[in-house]
Amino acid sequence: MTAIDTDTSANIDRSAMKISDEVAIEVTGMNKWFGSFHVLRDINLTVYRGERIVICGPSGSGKSTMIRCINRLEEHQQGKIIVDGTELSSDIKNIDKIRSEVGMCFQHFNLFPHLTILENCTLAPMWVRKTPKREAEQTAMHYLEKVKIPDQANKYPGQLSGGQQQRVAIARSLCMKPRIMLFDEPTSALDPEMIKEVLDTMIELAEEGMTMLCVTHEMGFAQAVANRVIFMDQGQIVEQNEPKEFFNNPQSDRTKLFLSQILGH
Amino acid sequence: MSAISEPQAEGFRLSQLIYDTRYRSITIQTVALILIVAGVWWLVSNTIQNLEALGRDFDFGFLGQPAGYDINQLLIEYDSQSTHGRAAVVGILNTLLVAFIGCITATVIGTIAGVLRLSKNWIVARLVAVYVEGFRNVPLLLWIVLIFAIVSESTPHPRDFAGGEASMLFNSIAITRQGTWTPAPVWGDGSLALVIIFILSIVAIIGFRMFARRRQEATGEILPVLWISLGLLILPSLIAYFILGGPVTLDYPETGRFRFEGGLLVRNSLIALWLALSLYTGSFIAENVRGGILAVSGGQTEAASALGLRPGRTMNLVVLPQAMRVIVPPLISQYLNLTKNSSLAIAVGYMDARATLGGITINQTGRELEGMLLLGLFYLIVSLAIASVGNFYNASVKLKER
Amino acid sequence: MSETGHQHALSYVRADMLPQQEPPVSHSGPIKWVRENLLSSPLNVILTVISLYVLYAVLSGLIPWFFNSVWDARSLNECREVFLATGATGGGGACWAVLQERGIQLIYGFYPADLYWRPNLTFILFFVAVAPILYSDRLPSQMLWFTALYPFLMPWLLWGGSFWVPILVIAGLVVGYLAWMVGSRIGGSILGGIAGIVFAILWWLFAVPTLNDSIHRVVGNMRVDQVVAESTARLETLGPELTGLETRRESVRDEIAELEAIKAQAFAPIEEAVEIARETAELAFYEEEGVDPETDQIGPGLRERAEEEGQHAASAAARDPALNTVRATFLNAVDGLTEMRNEVNEISSQINIMQSERSDTEALLLNIEQLPDRLEEIERLQESATTPGAISELESVQDVVSQTYTEMGRIGLTPVESREFGGFMLALIIGLSGIILSLPLGILLALGRQSDLFLINKVSVAFIELIRGVPLIVWLFTAQLLLNYFLPPGSNFDLLLRVIIMVTLFASAYIAEVVRGGLAALAKGQYEAADALGLDYAKSMRLIVLPQALKISIPGIVNTFIGLFKDTTLVVFIGLLDPIGLSNSIRSSTDWNGIYWELFAFIGLLFFACCFSMGRYSLSLEKKLNREHR
Repeated sequence: MTAIDTDTSANIDRSAMKISDEVAIEVTGMNKWFGSFHVLRDINLTVYRGERIVICGPSGSGKSTMIRCINRLEEHQQGKIIVDGTELSSDIKNIDKIRSEVGMCFQHFNLFPHLTILENCTLAPMWVRKTPKREAEQTAMHYLEKVKIPDQANKYPGQLSGGQQQRVAIARSLCMKPRIMLFDEPTSALDPEMIKEVLDTMIELAEEGMTMLCVTHEMGFAQAVANRVIFMDQGQIVEQNEPKEFFNNPQSDRTKLFLSQILGH
Repeated sequence: MSAISEPQAEGFRLSQLIYDTRYRSITIQTVALILIVAGVWWLVSNTIQNLEALGRDFDFGFLGQPAGYDINQLLIEYDSQSTHGRAAVVGILNTLLVAFIGCITATVIGTIAGVLRLSKNWIVARLVAVYVEGFRNVPLLLWIVLIFAIVSESTPHPRDFAGGEASMLFNSIAITRQGTWTPAPVWGDGSLALVIIFILSIVAIIGFRMFARRRQEATGEILPVLWISLGLLILPSLIAYFILGGPVTLDYPETGRFRFEGGLLVRNSLIALWLALSLYTGSFIAENVRGGILAVSGGQTEAASALGLRPGRTMNLVVLPQAMRVIVPPLISQYLNLTKNSSLAIAVGYMDARATLGGITINQTGRELEGMLLLGLFYLIVSLAIASVGNFYNASVKLKER
Repeated sequence: MSETGHQHALSYVRADMLPQQEPPVSHSGPIKWVRENLLSSPLNVILTVISLYVLYAVLSGLIPWFFNSVWDARSLNECREVFLATGATGGGGACWAVLQERGIQLIYGFYPADLYWRPNLTFILFFVAVAPILYSDRLPSQMLWFTALYPFLMPWLLWGGSFWVPILVIAGLVVGYLAWMVGSRIGGSILGGIAGIVFAILWWLFAVPTLNDSIHRVVGNMRVDQVVAESTARLETLGPELTGLETRRESVRDEIAELEAIKAQAFAPIEEAVEIARETAELAFYEEEGVDPETDQIGPGLRERAEEEGQHAASAAARDPALNTVRATFLNAVDGLTEMRNEVNEISSQINIMQSERSDTEALLLNIEQLPDRLEEIERLQESATTPGAISELESVQDVVSQTYTEMGRIGLTPVESREFGGFMLALIIGLSGIILSLPLGILLALGRQSDLFLINKVSVAFIELIRGVPLIVWLFTAQLLLNYFLPPGSNFDLLLRVIIMVTLFASAYIAEVVRGGLAALAKGQYEAADALGLDYAKSMRLIVLPQALKISIPGIVNTFIGLFKDTTLVVFIGLLDPIGLSNSIRSSTDWNGIYWELFAFIGLLFFACCFSMGRYSLSLEKKLNREHR
């Protein structure tokens, strides 16, 4: 499953990957229940600006739910989440502010099928940031060029391959100029040959110093790009460490078991 | 399969008619054509023979003869001296009237019910489910008869209003067992100007919407389109109404000895038919609307939220445009059903096309063949017209996919 | 990690796993449920309040009406008397007594009561017939043979007749099959298909009536002595039985008269007391309000309140313990009368059955007696029949003779005429036969609409659009008024059959659209695979495409059936007695004049139960198919 070979990882430019002391996201004592099921248990996490965090764990371990709480796609019931100095509450203004700071990519891309690629990218800037159309289109083209599909701008999502769609989804988020990007299993719905093109785009983002939280099972990506790997199980953070330490010297039994399952064969 | 055998200069053999794919389809179609022509000829010759035996001919001349019967609901001028043709037109207009107002109310009811059935509010969702399932699963005819019985059995007699045993709603609407009397608008001097101003304000709304869109594209500024449109719709006409000194007045029904004087009588037959058609079709539309909204995956809303769009905008820009593609085609076919179902007017004696052209006219002239033919043709044309609107819509919103 | 310019405590290992915890109280339990489901926003609060009000308004009217009801009474008036005597609040509730007398009629129409087992059996066998289609994975496929037989069995069970009639009809399929085999040997599959259809139709049109008649003649001739003996014996016993029944009816009628008197006697004091109480209360109310009902104009509000007061007083007066004995006598009398009425009705229906049996038997005996003369007459007429008058005379004599033979030679079920069919049974028969018969035509139309052959495609499309574009009611009127124009002169058959033909044509257009959907939903690979295997069109359709497409179409077919079943109510307009037609005729009888809601409720609930359950079934099937499809 490691789509990034050592060759590529050697070429990654780490010059801009600076981690500052500024806190981007702070989660303290967060708990969440689905009905009576305790899905997130006492989550504590501090993310500094410029960090690239990979979150892994068996399915149902609450990793997606956790990052979805960070931009309030899910509501947490206990604890505190502070994003860029703003605390998440049910106050609509706070939610608006945080959502325009935090971009997100989904497993199934969730592009709007009734709009062209360009319209997908300009929709939010025009209606949320109130950007004039021409400016929004220029920004959109800039990011579409960045994800290397400017020539598809006037097509509809249904006409693109999965990998292209996910890259459009990344461009669409970037058009809002977010300071933090969340990735929810961005490659797990893709065919193997398309995974690389999406991961390359994500690496490029990392090289520019974007703060990233990424739920993924791409361990190659984790080793090459992440500065921290978090392992979750049963709704709690079980272990976190630098990638080297994490992969070479896992401490918890659960982590060992998980790693042996995902890498072992 | 026979691509290579093309240049072969063999002579034509009879068996090729059956075994050669080139001729086979022609053979089959010829056989089919012969069978169809034979069938049609059989039907036509039977009809001619039967007509002859009865001493009848096939002639639409009866449409020009005086009808000699009265119709109790008229959209155009008509009296018993008018022709059968005119009676048919009156009936057709009545059918179109009930179909039109029925479609509008059914859409409103269906949309509200469909949205409410998805509501998180448990009790509302259940209540709407009871409505939807209740109306869908009981024959329309029963609803028409039931509603007609309710409006004509459990409402007061017009003379009760004179006797003081019943009173009018808001002093202007009287619901009785013969029908509902409502105020009728009287178009006085200056009402033309009012109508023109109203039309102009609608044009202004369209213009304003275009302006707002351009403005947003140019500067990014978003104008409060809804409120300004509403203001434009109401204010100019309202101001003009007062400046012109109230050109349109209402003629209120007044209690007479046995019935009402003045006002507009909406007969119970129309009310029952209209209500039943709207509620029945509304329950089907509700399911379409619900299905359409559910068909837009949750991921779409999430993606829009993650981009920072507020729920209202998400609804307008992302969910509705997609849901409409799913909702509109079955909606059109519901309109079609409603129009056809309006022929159940027979149950309450509403004078629609079936009742005039396909009913009394046939009985009086004995022209069953001609009358039914014209009636069928009318319904067919209306159906095809509605269906072609639907096809046009489908073609214009079809999603582009690989 | 050279770029990590600072040292945050990055590594962390959890020592103990946290256990699952209960959610905090504000996030669980009924409070949370109410908050989330009923009161989550101001709009929701308003909606909740409105719905609670609607619920209250509907139920507060409906529940008392439903439960404050009378089951034993002989007419709507008697229901009202019972309400008055028992002091029912609000003027009483439902008069379900009408269902006690007429409920069975709403279900079976005028089908002979002693033959109810036949429609019941037909209905049960229907489920046996469809089971192997609906549960093809659990039931043996041999059961499909019964499914194929059912369409022939069903009319025989319902309409009756000799047992060989369905067999002769089925034989048409065998004839068609043989003709197809022979034809395709000689001239290929097209000729075979045409030969099969033509021979089958010829068989049904000409061979079946002739064969049927001859079998009846043979059997009739064999049984003539037996029939005469049996009929004479039966006539002998019928007379006394009828007299016995009539005497019994008379005696019950006498009892009824007696009990009527008792009832009237018991009711009078109650009625008087109630009326006096009502009037007194109303007058007292007016006096309190300071108006004189004789001279003053009274507003509607005031009158309503006065009537309410009067109603209260009347209820109270009726419940007065002093009236307990008379009330008990009255109610007992009503119960007894209802029972006796039912008994009289039953006896009367038996008498009717016997009387018609007697007249039929007498007619049969007479016909048998005259049979030799008539046969002679036929011979004589056949020699000399040249004038139109003689020909029609010959035909009528022939008719009588063949009828006599049919009666004599019938081994099977008593025939029931179409006009005796009614109620839900009728709706089910029209709906079911419409769907069953329309399936073959519908499938052909769907294939036609998919076909590349220009003519066939266009004809199919035109037929489907024509049928779907015109309302069913217009088609039904066509069946009633016009079908005779289109058929050869002199052909005349009963209205129910005409309706079934029309409904079949109507349903076939809708079935065609459903099947077309199924064909379109089938992966293109299936067609290509069938072609690649070298199957010709007929085989690939029969073996590969249609089985799959029809399976996908079942939910759609069920939905079409629901629609058709509801639409069968329209036959009331051409004079058939469907449930709504029967409810009209019940309402026009003197006993039940003015009864609406009870009948509507009963009919509506029956339709609802059928349609709702079928709809749920089709929904679950659809979900199951969707799961399998993925």
